Amino acid sequence: MSRLPDQPGELINRGKVIRFTFDGKAVEAYEGDTVGSALYADGRRTFSRSFKYHRRRGLLCCAGQCPNCIVAVDGAPGVRACTEPVREGMRVEHLNAQPGLDFDVMRTTDLVGTKFTPPGFYYKTFIRPRKLWPVYEKVLRHAAGLGVLPKQQPEREWRTEYRRRHADVIVIGGGTAGQRAAAAAAEQADDVVLVDEGPLPIDPIPGVEILARASALGYFDGIVPVFQGDTLHQIRARRHVFATGAIEQPLVFAGNDLPGVMLSGGALRLMQLYAVIPGTRAVVATTSDRGLHAAATLHDGGVQIAAVADLRESRSAAAQELSARGIEVLVGHQILAARGSKAVDAAVLGPIGVEGASVERAVDCDLIVVSGGFAPATSLLLQAGARTRYDAERGCFVLDELPPNVTAVGDVAGADEGETLAVPPPVAGAGHGKCFACLCEDVTAKDIKLSVEEGYDSIELSKRYTTVTMGPCQGRMCQLPAIRLMAKETGQSLEQVGTTTARPPWVSVPMGILAGRPFEPAKRSSIHGRHRELGATIRWAGDWRRAYDYGDPQAEALAVHRAAGLIDVSTLGKLLVRGPDAGEFLDRLYPNRFSDLEPGRIRYGVISSDAGRIVDDGTICRIDEDTFYVTTTSSGAGAVEEWFSWWLADWRMRVELTDLTQGLSAVNLAGPRAREILGELTDLDCSPEAFRYLDGKHATVAGVSCLILRIGFVGEVGYEIHFAAAYGEHVWDALMRAGADRGIRPFGLEPQRILRLQKMHILVGQDTDSESTPFGAAMPWIVKLDKDADFIGKWALEHYADEEPATRLVGFTLPNGHVPTEGAVIVDALGAPAGQVTSARFSPVLDRVIGMAWVPSPFARDGSQVTISDEGTMMTAQVQTRPFYDPDGEVLRS
Amino acid sequence: MSFLLTCPNCGVREVTDFGYGGEISARPRARPTLRQLGQYNYFRRNAAGVQREWWFHRSGCRAWFIAERDTRTNEVLLIELPGEPGTVGPA
Repeated sequence: MSRLPDQPGELINRGKVIRFTFDGKAVEAYEGDTVGSALYADGRRTFSRSFKYHRRRGLLCCAGQCPNCIVAVDGAPGVRACTEPVREGMRVEHLNAQPGLDFDVMRTTDLVGTKFTPPGFYYKTFIRPRKLWPVYEKVLRHAAGLGVLPKQQPEREWRTEYRRRHADVIVIGGGTAGQRAAAAAAEQADDVVLVDEGPLPIDPIPGVEILARASALGYFDGIVPVFQGDTLHQIRARRHVFATGAIEQPLVFAGNDLPGVMLSGGALRLMQLYAVIPGTRAVVATTSDRGLHAAATLHDGGVQIAAVADLRESRSAAAQELSARGIEVLVGHQILAARGSKAVDAAVLGPIGVEGASVERAVDCDLIVVSGGFAPATSLLLQAGARTRYDAERGCFVLDELPPNVTAVGDVAGADEGETLAVPPPVAGAGHGKCFACLCEDVTAKDIKLSVEEGYDSIELSKRYTTVTMGPCQGRMCQLPAIRLMAKETGQSLEQVGTTTARPPWVSVPMGILAGRPFEPAKRSSIHGRHRELGATIRWAGDWRRAYDYGDPQAEALAVHRAAGLIDVSTLGKLLVRGPDAGEFLDRLYPNRFSDLEPGRIRYGVISSDAGRIVDDGTICRIDEDTFYVTTTSSGAGAVEEWFSWWLADWRMRVELTDLTQGLSAVNLAGPRAREILGELTDLDCSPEAFRYLDGKHATVAGVSCLILRIGFVGEVGYEIHFAAAYGEHVWDALMRAGADRGIRPFGLEPQRILRLQKMHILVGQDTDSESTPFGAAMPWIVKLDKDADFIGKWALEHYADEEPATRLVGFTLPNGHVPTEGAVIVDALGAPAGQVTSARFSPVLDRVIGMAWVPSPFARDGSQVTISDEGTMMTAQVQTRPFYDPDGEVLRS
Repeated sequence: MSFLLTCPNCGVREVTDFGYGGEISARPRARPTLRQLGQYNYFRRNAAGVQREWWFHRSGCRAWFIAERDTRTNEVLLIELPGEPGTVGPA
């Protein structure tokens, strides 16, 4: 761990040593180091292998801008070593190299295979023979890439959060200009958020919330998502200030990707922030004073400067100052090549405008510092609706138009204007070797030339063909070089070539941070604890956690037929509709009548849309003249309440809606001995004469005030008991105790499905879909077209009443014992799909397979035979239109 | 899509708090022809501009209200509770 003496403003704490591993080898670092600075101090120069050619890549920007130092940390790929702070015990590993970073067999693609891997090679070279493509694909996928995600993650240990933040002003970028803008806004009493991704600490600013080490990902309709550690801040602001700075650009020359070629900013950051000497003997190539200032600073820090190539013809004051130190400054010179095998060992310089070996000069060095000018970081601004134009003087695209409430300050807005600089040529020294335009995707200057020759002559097409700008750097290092090369090859101006579209995310972001916190709200009934104690299989049913069965659905169903069963139906939607107009309101919402329902009686209802399609169903009990108790399906509870209140908002009838779904629990007690069991717990006369089928009565059960509905969803004598949810376990326990000697069993959702199927009671959403009408679903009797008043769905239903539907819902039985899959196809004589199976079960009481299906109308009569194709298995089913069990309802009414 | 919406009862909320009921269209008052019924059920104006529409404060007071919104910019120009009965109808 070799370090320079104390640097002013260094970020490391030399008093505290942190230990981590790189590829299993122990590395020592100081607190405040990044993985990149620590490894560099440890002597490492190769940090990654490139995407396609597996060339060595080393630190270039030291600011998280380029792809060269991407590693995996604790198994998570895609981490930039140069910005990742060191932590004790962290496990850092290289990516994309086998067997190791320092000897990678796939390097052969660079040495011998280049002519087989031009842009789009996977469409050309490895296509034939066709049948070998799967093999090629496997090899190519293995060879390329930026790491491997673990296939399985036993548990998501990393918890991430969303945070919504509303502010008056958001300032993106915490440099000098950003800090100043934030302070100015805060002085106007604005609520300000300042977002900064850099390593430098920012002093608190009164009235400003500072999000440090946080990256803005994009701009979405006024919301800026900001990734910080384990939080995704979603920041909505009235005004957006962009202080995103400018990005130092590399130069395109032969071997410009060799380890040891570093941007001037990167070399300075290593030295000044982490006290790591970037090299011992440097050659500097620059297009402006930036490189010259860097040379002076590096020289001060003890780096020998072998030569400086300044692209400008004139000798600036900074150049004269370097000359005075005895440093050779070659004006009008450019870098043509970097030489070296594992890292830089020489730089080839030459004068501009003259070619040939005679004028070229090789200078020994172990560091090449380049500065190719700056490109304003306009990506987020472009996403917000700003426009840019090409500035020929500065050789880059600059802001032109800004949308309302968006401002740009600092370098992104051109604060560096006025500096004299030279615009570099698109490529230099092409004869010396590969010149990389795009480091992420290994796209060379020659590849862009080839893509133009093949007809991909616009920047957007070339981008898609060569994948230039599509890598992890998102165009930071390659957009401008690619546009310059494109202009050169097509003979257009840079303005004509234009830029590629800026899209989020602007920085690499883990998928987990976008997913946010795992949020799966579960509803549980007040009796849920009892189901668990009874060993129920608990499954999701919509938002609910429900008892699917208690171990033996067949036996549970049989218990309902032979003795009694108890099921928790608290999930049903429960709406109180109350007011002088309540009856008329329901008459308008349902195809059948409710205004003539006697108090204390129950009627089944199907809600239809104005298109005549089934929306939901349930039972309605008239409690008194003005009050109706409406139940809905479990999954439809919310939607029905919305539907009712929507129409009420328009009709303004004298009706109040109260949603009681969460406040009430309900159980269904059913079976031949249900009457005895209920009678034991209530004073109510439960005789068949006093408490008839479809009666609804208020009574006290086990001391609890209940509404008891005598309905028969499962086909046996049944009582649906509704009561305040707080008494859930009490009522359940009382019923189970009273039934203990009478063979009562709790039954779950699955046996209930068997029981209701025996009665051909439809499940809305299971047996019906958004196209089903009451006529097709074999319930024409529910539609009362003779009602005087209008009702929702009337006009469509009048139409459907006269029209033969293409398919109808019927029951079927199968003799051979095979239970078809729900969704199996009904096929016609030619084998074409003509309908589908919606429900199928084995019925233990009937000892055969029963089901429901939509079949072509001509087959919708008793005795027809239809063919079911269940994943290729053909079977013949008998159509049945009347309930399989107790078709006349004698058991039910008894 | 992301913007702020003001519930007439609860105040300013994220749009994700609300359910969208679609543009306001009048339900036919008299028996429509099949074509008119099809228009009412399945066709929308889908205006690129200011549109009157239904919103439901699903994660709040659960009230339906009416907004006038520019569909191009998501700027909400007006918020109100439903006016005279029968003047509008859910689409």
